[in-house]
This record gives sequence, structure tokens and C-alpha cells, in this order.
Amino acid sequence: MNTSGQMERGALHAFQDGFAAALLAPPDALPASPQVAELVRQPGFAVYRNTVMRGCIDALQANYPAVSRLVGEEWFRAAAAIYVRGHLPIQPSLLAYGDRFAEFLVGFEPAQELPYLASVASLDRFWTEAHVARDETAVTAAAIARLSESQLAGTVLLPHASSRWAWFDEQPIYTIWSRNREPADSGQVSAAPEIDWQAEGVLLVRPAGRVTWAPLSCSGCAFMDRCAAGGTLADAADAALRVDPKADLSRLMAQLLNAGAFSRLALHPL
Amino acid sequence: MIDDRSAGVGLKPAHYEEAHAAPADGLWFEVHPENYMAAGGPRIAWLETIRARHALSLHGVGMSLAAAADPDADHLRSLADLVDRFEPALVSEHLAWSTWRGAYHPDLLPFPRSAESLARIGANIDRVQTALGRRIAIENPSHYLRISAHEGEEIAFLAELARRTGCGLLLDVNNVFVSANNLGFAPESYIDAFPGESVLEIHLAGHTPDPNLGQALLIDSHDAPVDAAVWRLYERLIARIGPRPTLIERDDNIPDFAELNAERRQAEAVLRATACRVAA
Repeated sequence: MNTSGQMERGALHAFQDGFAAALLAPPDALPASPQVAELVRQPGFAVYRNTVMRGCIDALQANYPAVSRLVGEEWFRAAAAIYVRGHLPIQPSLLAYGDRFAEFLVGFEPAQELPYLASVASLDRFWTEAHVARDETAVTAAAIARLSESQLAGTVLLPHASSRWAWFDEQPIYTIWSRNREPADSGQVSAAPEIDWQAEGVLLVRPAGRVTWAPLSCSGCAFMDRCAAGGTLADAADAALRVDPKADLSRLMAQLLNAGAFSRLALHPL
Repeated sequence: MIDDRSAGVGLKPAHYEEAHAAPADGLWFEVHPENYMAAGGPRIAWLETIRARHALSLHGVGMSLAAAADPDADHLRSLADLVDRFEPALVSEHLAWSTWRGAYHPDLLPFPRSAESLARIGANIDRVQTALGRRIAIENPSHYLRISAHEGEEIAFLAELARRTGCGLLLDVNNVFVSANNLGFAPESYIDAFPGESVLEIHLAGHTPDPNLGQALLIDSHDAPVDAAVWRLYERLIARIGPRPTLIERDDNIPDFAELNAERRQAEAVLRATACRVAA
């Protein structure tokens, strides 16, 4: 038996089991351990309880600003407190905390009257993932222009590490999200026209220092899906045309390359 | 290297541009490494830009050294990567725990001082120092609870950790003031008994009274200027142990960079006055 094995069953282990449970327990619950009960009875215990909860909720709010703005701070923090109890951070860096928040909102009863909320949360999540993604140089339009037509068809373009895209069949999630993601003082919300209730897609990417976003067509999303799966540009073009036979592929390519959506170019096979 | 007579400030994203543009005259910055544990992105790019002109200190909040468990391997690897990349002049952590059974509690949690916790924390500091290939400094936390199971005083505990592991100590003067107020001891006697030869860095920060309990419970909130009483303790400390790199910490209610810089100048005035006396 090693030394750490012996220590794991010691008093410190029992103390931490009791203390950690008491941090999340209702304030009037009395811990089974007399040692922890002695601490929970002191006013200072609330400092730890509040700091832990506030640290998690602040991190979640920082990572879901559009959701917070849509529902208001009070609603958001109340919902966040419930999420935190079920999903404490699993690592000390809270930069990307809250990976399951959109999924949580899907099943969260008070959110049912806002059926777009979970999808909006998924775009806040895309932003965070793009923000912390690996740095990569984007493939330029000029690099593609150097290829012959036959080379082009067999070329594989891999999405940039920060590229995130999605198509929303029923709701204008991109419009709702982007209007609520802008800084509160930008005046964009009050000046914006009525939202056209239609299907929308989005591409987020951070080829340099800033996460950028733009609408992406259904065919564009199909194109990116195929690229991500390692398909050639010919495969990706087929996939795009299957969802929209009238898709303008050269315009789509220009949009994706200008956005910096790809990081690697390889002549097929890889 | 950070000069013993220089003071630094905690680096906040709101201050990146001013921090980079600030004259390099001894100005150094401290960050929580947890805020830079990303594969890439603008935060890391900013830190590299600022590091090119200024010395850096990495002050961890998440190693959970006082947990009855080994430090998390992924977290330790992430810290080692940042140390390799940014070559900080100082690396520090806390005498506290936060991660337990895979869940991270964002706070610096207390534990009973005992032979068992001493052995466990010493072993954890060894692991961290071995993984990083360097000495770290351990900070005295703020206290809000009376723990009857404590065996021995915190200073003796810290001194023994330093003796066993060769680690240095980070003395947070505001934490001493807050703990002394909350637990009812004289902050001067703690400051006077702290092993000066092990102190690698000093922290100064602001605190606030608990909204319900007032002065009876001070919170180490880092959201206000350094209190006058903390400045007096700091002067008392420096007069005894000589100058040490000193950090102005502010994590909430972030003021203009100029305001933090003014507090930094105040600390440097204390450090340089003592250095002059020692030299004379």
C-alpha cells in the first residue's frame, strides 16, 4: 500500500467530503460530520458557499451573454444556480465553463415558453469555442486561385480549428443571437427591424484575434459538413447542391475563404 | 527577474492596451494562469505581447494543494505549458483546496492543520515543483471560520512546508488583516512572526465588510483600494524583512489603470525607503 493510499482514507479525506457536500446543501441542512457541522453553524461558512456559487454563475453568465440579455439577469442567474448544482466545473479554468448549458435549457421547464433559447445558447457556446480554439493560419482565396480546375475538384479543405456552423430549420436563431450578442450600448436592438421568422444558418470563425460571424446558407452548412468529414471539394459541392440545386458555389467558396473558414489545403487523397 | 524593490499589478483584460504601453521601469504583472489555459486565442496573444516588455508572475488559484488527493494531472500539465511558454519570474499557489472528487469549487477552501494535512500538502508541493522544474511560493489564505481541529499555528505550518519542500512563501498582508479581524488575533504579531527569509512575494489588496455582519466579518473581496491599516502592516513588515516584490491585487470593481498604478507607486515608495535605510 502506498502512502497516498493510506492518506486517502484519513481525516482530511472525510473533512473534504463533508465540506464539499455542505457547500451545495441547503443552508439549513446540518451535516452528518460534527466537525463540518461546527463550521456550517458559523456565519463565515456562507462566505465560502456564496463565493463558490457566485464564481460559477459569473463564469456561466460571461460565457452566455446573449442568453442572459434575452431573459434578463435575474432569470439568468436563477437558472444558472440550478445548472451549477448539477454541473460543477470539472477543471479550474472557467474560460469554457458551461458546455452543457444549451442541453440543460432544452429540458428546463421555465425555458419552454422561449423555444429559441437553447439554440441561442448553442451559438454563445460556439463563440466561446471559437474564442479559445487553437491558433491557425487560414487558407486564402489566393492559394485556391493557384489551383487548376482538375486539382480543385480533388482538393480537401479542412475547417479552421475555430470554425463553427449550424443550420436552424425553424427559427431565425442567427438574427436573435447576433442582435443580443452585440454590446448593450450599440443601439442595434432598438434600431433593428422586426425579425423575419424563417430558417437560418450561421458561421462563426476566429482566423485572427477576433471571433467573427455571418449568416450561412443551408447549402453552405452542408458544404462545411462534408469538408469536416474529409471530403473533396467535388464531394462538398455535391452535398451543397443536394440541399439546394440552385446554390451559387463560387459565391459560397468566396464567402467561406474570406471568412477564413479553412486552415488546411491538401490534394486528395490526404 | 523581478527586483525586490519593484511593485506590480494584477493584469486585467480591460487594461491590456495600457499595460502594454506602460513604461517598463520595473513594472511587472501577475495573472491567474487558469485564465490563460486555452489552446489559443487573443488572451494568450495579449499576454505574449505584454510579456515581451514586462516580467510576469503566475499566481494559481486552482491547484488544490490541500486536497487529500494528487494535483490534477491535466491542470498541472497546463500550468507547466504556461510556465514554459511565458517564463514567469514567480509562480505561486495557495494553502487551500478547491477541487474534490473531480469537481472544482472556485474558492480557496480551508482545512484542519494536522500532521496528515502537512504531509499531504508537502507531497503535493513536491509534485508541482518537480513537474514545473522550479520553486513555487505558497500564499497564506484569508480565514472566515474557527476550526477547533487545528493542530498548531498557520505560520509554523507554512514554515515547515518551506523547510520540507524548499518552497517559498507569498505573504498576503490583506489576508492577515482580514483573518486577524475575523478570528480575533493581533495582525501585528502574525506579521512579526512570519519567516521573512522565505518570503518571495507580498500581496496587497482591498477588503469589504460583510453586507449583513459588517466589521465583524471582513471579506477578502479584492474590490477596493488597499486599506490604510493594511498599508501600516506592510510598512511594518518591510521595515523588518527588507524589500520584496509586491503586488497590488484587484479582481473586482476594476478601476482605471492609473489608479492601480498609483497604489503601485505607493508600495514602491515603501520598498525604496527601506532599501535606502538598509544601504545607508
